[in-house]
Amino acid sequence: MEQLRTIGRELAMGSQGGWGQSKEFLDLVKSIGEARSKAEEDRIIARELEHLKRRLADPDVPRRKMKELLLRLVYAEMLGHDASFGHIHAVKMTHDESLPLKRTGYLAVALFIDERHDLVILVVNTIQKDLRSDNYLVVCAALTAACRLIGEEAMPAVLPQVVELLAHPKEAVRKKAVMALHRFYQRSPSSVSHLVSNFRKRLCDNDPGVMGATLCPLYDLILEDPSSYKDLVVSFVNILKQVAERRLPTSYDYHQMPAPFIQIKLLKILAVLGSGDKQASGHMYTVLGDIFRKGDTTSNIGNAILYECICCISSIFPNPKMLEAAAETTSKFLKSDSHNLKYMGIDALGRLIKINPDIAEEHQLAVIDCLEDPDDTLKRKTFELLYKMTKSTNVEVIVDRMIEYMINITDHHYKTEIASRCVELAEQFAPSNQWFIQTMNKVFEHAGDLVNIKVAHNLMRLIAEGFGEDDEGADSQLRSSAVDSYLRIVGEPKLPSSFLQIICWVLGEYGTADGRYSASYIIGKLCDVAEAHLTDDTVKVCSHILAPISFVTYFGLFLSCVLYTEAYAISAILKIIAFEIARGRKIDMLPECQTLVDELSASHSTDLQQRAYELQALLGLDKHAVESVMPSDASCEDIEVDRNLSFLNGFVQQALESGASPYIPESERSGVISVGSYRSQEQHETSAHALRFEAYELPKASLPVATAQASMSMPTTDLVPVSEPGYYKEDHQTSRSQPSGDSLSGEFGVKLRLDGVQKKWGRPTYSSSTPSSSTSSQQATNGGSHSDGGGSTSSHTRESSYGSKRQQGTEVSAEKQKLAASLFGSSAAKADRKAQASRKTAKESPLSEKATVTNATPPPIKEQLTPAAPPPDLLDLGEPVSSSAPSADPFSQLEGLLGPASATPVVSETPATVSSQTPDLMSIFSDDVQTGPSSGSTEPTLGDSSLKNSQKGATAVASKKGPSLQDALQKDATARQVGVTPTGNNPNLFKDLLG
Amino acid sequence: MIQAVMVISTQAKPRLLKFYNFQPPEKHQDLVRSVFQLLSARPDSVSNFVEVDAIFGQGTKMVYKHLATLYFVFVFDSSENELAMLDLIQDETHFINSNSSLFTVFVETLDRCFKNVCELDVVFNFNKVP
Repeated sequence: MEQLRTIGRELAMGSQGGWGQSKEFLDLVKSIGEARSKAEEDRIIARELEHLKRRLADPDVPRRKMKELLLRLVYAEMLGHDASFGHIHAVKMTHDESLPLKRTGYLAVALFIDERHDLVILVVNTIQKDLRSDNYLVVCAALTAACRLIGEEAMPAVLPQVVELLAHPKEAVRKKAVMALHRFYQRSPSSVSHLVSNFRKRLCDNDPGVMGATLCPLYDLILEDPSSYKDLVVSFVNILKQVAERRLPTSYDYHQMPAPFIQIKLLKILAVLGSGDKQASGHMYTVLGDIFRKGDTTSNIGNAILYECICCISSIFPNPKMLEAAAETTSKFLKSDSHNLKYMGIDALGRLIKINPDIAEEHQLAVIDCLEDPDDTLKRKTFELLYKMTKSTNVEVIVDRMIEYMINITDHHYKTEIASRCVELAEQFAPSNQWFIQTMNKVFEHAGDLVNIKVAHNLMRLIAEGFGEDDEGADSQLRSSAVDSYLRIVGEPKLPSSFLQIICWVLGEYGTADGRYSASYIIGKLCDVAEAHLTDDTVKVCSHILAPISFVTYFGLFLSCVLYTEAYAISAILKIIAFEIARGRKIDMLPECQTLVDELSASHSTDLQQRAYELQALLGLDKHAVESVMPSDASCEDIEVDRNLSFLNGFVQQALESGASPYIPESERSGVISVGSYRSQEQHETSAHALRFEAYELPKASLPVATAQASMSMPTTDLVPVSEPGYYKEDHQTSRSQPSGDSLSGEFGVKLRLDGVQKKWGRPTYSSSTPSSSTSSQQATNGGSHSDGGGSTSSHTRESSYGSKRQQGTEVSAEKQKLAASLFGSSAAKADRKAQASRKTAKESPLSEKATVTNATPPPIKEQLTPAAPPPDLLDLGEPVSSSAPSADPFSQLEGLLGPASATPVVSETPATVSSQTPDLMSIFSDDVQTGPSSGSTEPTLGDSSLKNSQKGATAVASKKGPSLQDALQKDATARQVGVTPTGNNPNLFKDLLG
Repeated sequence: MIQAVMVISTQAKPRLLKFYNFQPPEKHQDLVRSVFQLLSARPDSVSNFVEVDAIFGQGTKMVYKHLATLYFVFVFDSSENELAMLDLIQDETHFINSNSSLFTVFVETLDRCFKNVCELDVVFNFNKVP
């Protein structure tokens, strides 16, 4: 073997020697290949560069040798070393007479420098000369170089010649000229905009190669402005037809496909042109159908063309027949074992469902498979697909999945993207506010620093404003459950700062609102947060840099954007203390809180300092003052700014009475150098360019009083510092000013500016159709046994059972089986819908059986519990009632049941199911709960929780869809504590996704 | 359009780099490193496509093929078809194989032949991309 290797090596060298390289070069390449470390490689290249520098400077080097030296230079630069000393030699070589040397020169120049480099000027002249050459190979080389080296400035120098070359007798030159012109267009569309008609002309070129090259620039142009190229649709279709019918020379065939790259380009162009244009699309159907028929699914390139066809069909005006063909091909892709084809299939599916969402139904399992696949690319593509098909019915599962995936990825770029998608979906489709808050909590916890700050504001506003309904009770319940969950979370290390800020704000605003937590407990927690962050050096440094500049310059902006966590924490403490005082309770300063305040009052950040001092000042105020400074739960109230400062009228009046001179507006003042005009006067004087020798004027006596007055009543005066009206004064005369003045600064510091925040949050309640349908179907499946509670209860139980099911893993398999039995039985009639499902069955049965096995609940138990149920074999669960096909594939039945759309053709024996046209997945779960208690001791928790929930449901808001708020958030927190990530790893997943 | 063609060894050494949008030489090594990190993290028998928005900008994709000790990488934007690009890579490797048809047995030799191929390859690619 070793011997063979040596022989091979020698042969390799021999053949390479034949290309004109010397032994030196080969040795260099070899030694680099064998280098054991980066350092060794660097040493070798450094030595080589030394050598090259010497040799290149040598005037006696033969030209052929020069070429090799240049290639070695390229090689060294590819390995990441600076070879700029040799660039000029590359430029020189472009002047050479010999074609190979010239080409090498152009190649090296194109690799070394770009169009902005100084040396390009030296090359432009050569290119110009070469474009005029008689040798078409030289012209080609020059055109190739022009693509790389001619920038916007140099373009006019070569443009006329390039356009001339479009009519060159040699097709290779014409092709290169088209490419060069395309490149110029990409660089600077405006410089060549008058020449784009040339591309149209070249489309009719006799040579297919030139025509093919023209498609690239035309595609770009058509993307820009499809409407002005509509006249070409027929030509494009004709060309495509000719290509597909193999009218091109066989030399354009590739893997027995006629000119596939040209076909792909044409299909892309047609997709753009036919988009939303019925007439243009009409021309295309025939040829697209032909291509589909001839489609070759065995080779990559054949599949590439088919994929382009699907893209084209999904883009142009829809045609049912075409869509059918596209869907068929897509399913072939999805069923393929090749990951590449699956990827294309998922992408194609994503395009097709835009036109017909039902197509996805058929491929539920394939989609789930892709989601579980270890291939990251495929997973991402699948998430993209799910993102496109999210509806209010499946948003919970999809967003759950996304978050689960998001937690595990490290790629920041993608994490940001998927986090923003989660937020977007949650905002758009959230079924309930509780769910929204929970979801946002998760997103913030795991990707808090990557999410747009606006989202955080949105969440805080939601908690503050409630749901815009009049139900105060629900709002406060929501808030206290939010407080609960945050108190649990807040101790966790390494929470993103934006999430901590939300937590601080909510705790400050509502921590003590319901009286379940003592103020000192919450203050203690908040102190911990602040302390933890104070020890964090980066935060400190950041605050050092940011605070002095930002605070002074961008007070408002700063407050709303770059507040750091300590500020939130201290403000929260401030609020809690204020609320306590307002309630008339005595507040004891915790020692750690005192330390924190002391530390912050000496902070480098003036903002933190101010907040600390405010806190201290607040402690000295009496109850009434505090109440008006920090009104409880007033974060949603508008802050009214009295621009006229009318509250100062009394003060002004008093001052006037005691002999102050009245305020004169600046414009009316005369003879007084007002502060505003001072500067202009100064400028005026300096412009006179003369020294003044006369004595100064005597100062006017009344001036200071006037300006003082001005500053009080005219805050808009530019250079006069506006004093905070009476904020730090204990003066009772100005106590009237305190509320608004203080609420101005206090509220402003604490409250976020909510105006201008995106108001995307819609859908306060769940769409009404689903609950009702779930109720009806549930009643139907249960034989009307469940009659209490109506819509709200059913949805409550549903949610809770769903949640507990996830938490407790797979403890519900007995129910699941029963459920499956009833489901399969009732829809047996449509078993024949998918005959191809044999493969799926193989996949499905382990999937559903997995639940049984992991649960260690043997089928006999289930049998024992529900004696009336059919035998435990999953594949044989058909109810005796169903007349047709007792051996029907259960999966396809399940599949049919789950999608509401596919459920329509069901001819069922059970009248109950017919009555509910959409057997919602929700009903499945409520059915679960129904059977929960009956299944006895196997799962007391589930029974308990469902009982508790239904009790609560009676008392709680009937209009809300979710279970009680506390339960929802509690569930979240419990799951977090136990460390259980809720997984949807069960057959229900695809129902949720695709139902 | 195709934005870059790269051949990187499994030891993260560049064997061939060609950028069709000029990249300053000092950036080359960074790009090679980030591409290699991406590739080496991918198990075998997964798809050959990777979305590389984070490295090469919005909407860019990468098709790669792992042959012996080399990664062949094409980076391109939305105006190209992924499967077609994959075939281009295959084509390229065929092309190189046919030039050294004697040595296809030897993975290492192929690797070695490759190092010299920069000129050859560029000639090969220039007619594909404007």
